[in-house]
Amino acid sequence: MEGLPILSLMMCVPLAGAIACLFSGAAAARWIALGATLVTLVLGIVLWTNYDIGGPQWQFPEEANLFAGFSYKLAIDGIALMLIMLSVFLMPVCILASWESVTKRVGEYMAAFLFMEVLMIGTFAAQDLFLFYVFFEAGLIPMYLIIGVWGGDNRIYASYKFFLYTLLGSVLMLIAMFWMKAEAGTSDIPTLMEYGFPKAAQTWLWLAFFASFAVKVPMWPLHTWLPDAHVQAPTAGSVILAGVLLKLGGYGFIRFSLPMFPEASAQFAWLVFALSMVAVVYTSLVALVQADMKKLIAYSSVAHMAIVTVGLFAFNVQGLEGAMIVMLSHGIVSGALFLCVGVIYDRLHTREIARYGGLAINMPYYALFFLLFTMASIGLPGTSGFVGEFLSLAGIYETSSLVALICTTGIILGAAYMLYLYRRVAFGGQANADAAAMPDISAREWIMMAPLGLAVLWMGVYPESFLAPMRKDIATLDARLAAAAPAGDARLVPGTPREKAANALEHHGAGEGAGHEGMEHDSAREGAH
Amino acid sequence: MDFAASFALVLPELVLTGAGLALLLVAAWGGDKAARMVAIAAAAALFAAGILIVPGLHLGTDGPASLAFGGLLKVDSYALFAKALIYLAAIAALVIAPSFFASPAAGTERGMRAEYPVLILFSSVGMGLMVSANDFMSLYLGLELTSLSSYVLAAILRRDTRSGEAGLKYFVLGALASGILLYGISLLYGFTGGTAFEAVRAGLTGQMGTGALFGVIFVLSGLAFKISAVPFHMWTPDVYEGAPTPVTAFFATAPKVAAVGLTARVVFEVFGGQVGAWQQIVMFMALASIVFGALGAIGQENLKRLLAYSSINNIGFILLGLAVANADGASAMLVYLFIYVAMSIGCFAALLMLRDEEGNLYETFTDIRGLSVTRPAIAWALLIFMFSLAGIPPLLGFYAKFVIFQATIEAGLVAFGAIAIAASVIGAFYYIKFVKVMFFDEPVGVVTGKSEASHWTLLFLTAAIVSPLGYLLTPSLTDLADRAAASLFLAV
Repeated sequence: MEGLPILSLMMCVPLAGAIACLFSGAAAARWIALGATLVTLVLGIVLWTNYDIGGPQWQFPEEANLFAGFSYKLAIDGIALMLIMLSVFLMPVCILASWESVTKRVGEYMAAFLFMEVLMIGTFAAQDLFLFYVFFEAGLIPMYLIIGVWGGDNRIYASYKFFLYTLLGSVLMLIAMFWMKAEAGTSDIPTLMEYGFPKAAQTWLWLAFFASFAVKVPMWPLHTWLPDAHVQAPTAGSVILAGVLLKLGGYGFIRFSLPMFPEASAQFAWLVFALSMVAVVYTSLVALVQADMKKLIAYSSVAHMAIVTVGLFAFNVQGLEGAMIVMLSHGIVSGALFLCVGVIYDRLHTREIARYGGLAINMPYYALFFLLFTMASIGLPGTSGFVGEFLSLAGIYETSSLVALICTTGIILGAAYMLYLYRRVAFGGQANADAAAMPDISAREWIMMAPLGLAVLWMGVYPESFLAPMRKDIATLDARLAAAAPAGDARLVPGTPREKAANALEHHGAGEGAGHEGMEHDSAREGAH
Repeated sequence: MDFAASFALVLPELVLTGAGLALLLVAAWGGDKAARMVAIAAAAALFAAGILIVPGLHLGTDGPASLAFGGLLKVDSYALFAKALIYLAAIAALVIAPSFFASPAAGTERGMRAEYPVLILFSSVGMGLMVSANDFMSLYLGLELTSLSSYVLAAILRRDTRSGEAGLKYFVLGALASGILLYGISLLYGFTGGTAFEAVRAGLTGQMGTGALFGVIFVLSGLAFKISAVPFHMWTPDVYEGAPTPVTAFFATAPKVAAVGLTARVVFEVFGGQVGAWQQIVMFMALASIVFGALGAIGQENLKRLLAYSSINNIGFILLGLAVANADGASAMLVYLFIYVAMSIGCFAALLMLRDEEGNLYETFTDIRGLSVTRPAIAWALLIFMFSLAGIPPLLGFYAKFVIFQATIEAGLVAFGAIAIAASVIGAFYYIKFVKVMFFDEPVGVVTGKSEASHWTLLFLTAAIVSPLGYLLTPSLTDLADRAAASLFLAV
């Protein structure tokens, strides 16, 4: 692996594919896009298997002096690795999702998606502030085109709103970046993550970054672009939007806001908590009354991302790990839910919930997958949603019981709107003849759904695979935040460990003694932990 | 300083003047039949002049060695950088012209008039003098030579009322601006006792009197007219719309470079000791240009009018670099100018390629609906230019804004920069409207004609520069701009 610029390679493959797609016909473009995304996925797996868990913080470094003003410098830590994996994993699914539903200007469509992939990988791998900004902001162009050209009826309004909202948020961040460069004398992200900015300046810098990331996440009340964009975007556009683009906001918080401005983050934690609490309750209630399936899932995304922000600003390891797992889980689950909507939208060309019903009868496999993803969205134990939400809420409980209490209602409300959706779509009588005549999922749809379903279960049953690469980075971040962390209202006092385990036997043979003592010792330590 | 050395310094101008005079004779005797040949010869002369400045640009000429004719002209790295841009823009204006003048869009007089290339040449001589002026007299000479050529160019379609109107408006308002400028110069002369830049600068030290301050303000106002900065921008949309499109392309590029170059030299070399006197004025003009350029463009239907507002908007960003009042700002301004010229030439080349079968130009948003289906290559090129003008990465337009705002923030003008960058989002609205019309709307079923190879070449060249590939140019561009900007501050 030494010397192979794998991160650049992962960006070059989709880039070459995108350029090829621009100049080829519909059928060829589909295959080129699928091939390019699959090759990138394979490269991603190579990246993951070669990632040295517990090794240096920044791995696979690359640097080239190509431009003036900022440098082309890439490297990843565990957090970036996981988000890159999420992106490259969702991309082939997106291409498959658009296989038949996109019929006009296929080459340009596939090219836009491949450009998106390049930019997303670049965003997560960038090691220079401005390189990050370039990748972060450049995503506007393909996404604007995807919504605007291939979207629904009201696509123009949605595309304008998406573009201008996110642009306004980001430009203020750019100003803050210039200030940081001038102050610290470098735009190198790892250096800046350890740089101590003056406290007064941190406040302003934090707000400027917040303006950008809060729009991207999106946090209430800046979320209004999201339902519009989702409803109007084609299915694959929604998958990418919910699956990866929203994570850019969360990634921004964990990479910039928290480590670079720890004091300001602590100072503004109340703001994040307040907005997140409103978001959890309000958007869940809004989701409950939606008649449009995509809008419902879009609002549920806002609620889930609020759990992410709460977890991030809990200032402890559980919260941070939980936030990361919620991001990964939500990326897969909401992407899968949008796919589920897309599957039936392709058949009936409506997203109105009332037009469906009783799909479990004529589409049993579809209903099965839909149920799995619905449960994962609710956070049923055994699915990915549970792990993330449990960790985040456990983390925030240490900081503030009130926030934890209110955010937990989000799970109940989430169960309410998701089960209500599922009941209306999949259960009940077959009210509509055309919906009742829809065929079950095809082989192509199986190929899309099955990996997502497996990933949801894997993350739910054995989250260690995903937590392990991030553990050290999150510990580093937690150590960095420790000085600034606000005092929580849960005053945890470590108890004195028992002398013996509760089930220890009074009498035992001399030969086993040593072993037993060791075990007792172990369990005692666990109890203290 | 002996005379031969002075002549060596102005050799490019001599070449251009000689070529201009000779071609004028050819035009007089050969008539419009010789127009194409004249245009080619003029482009060759500009190219030769460009070659002549390459060594100086490469090695850098500064200090006393750059002074010509007893300090009337100063051919330093800064002047050479600006000249290089001016010559390139002038060549582009010559390349795109013939097919326009041959089309029905040119009205009843088909065919390019032989005077067109000659006027471009004289205008280029004037612009060369403007950017190397070191005395208010040579400044005014250069400015008027450029302006007079421009007035005629705007009205070159004699029987076209719009063109005539544009020429007349440009002339009346331009003359007014020249008057204001002259008045300012006379005030400065009266209060400082000289017209040479050094003399005026020396006279402006210490506490500045009201008279001298008025002089500074009048000079700045006159120059603001020429660069069409708000509040002296009113002529721009009318002139841009009325003038023949190749002429508009010329106005948007070369004279802008010259006027901005001149303004920067005046504020740094002449008023450099009195930054407080002009910085607020320039800051106001910058912000106002960004905001009004963006707001004015929103309601426009006509593409040329829209690009006129866009140029006002861009001037705002360029002035931002000027308002910073240090070498970084000046360097950023030069980088911006280069990128702005590339984007503008590309936009106008694309506009000129949008013709129906008979050759009539498409001028409104309605005409270009669904262009991505009918003419995908042009539509994608325009998409690149529009997102670049809006300053969206990874296109080169972002780098232009990047250097400008970096200079602004590093100079400590944080609030000013934040307001300006927030205002730039307004501008993004109409640039993405352009993309929306081309890509999201259904085509209106218009048939488009063929375009010439020269246009394609220009379009691809500018699109390649503006595309992410352009970032590979940035190291050398920054070097050149830094050196050019540094020579502005040598006198300080």
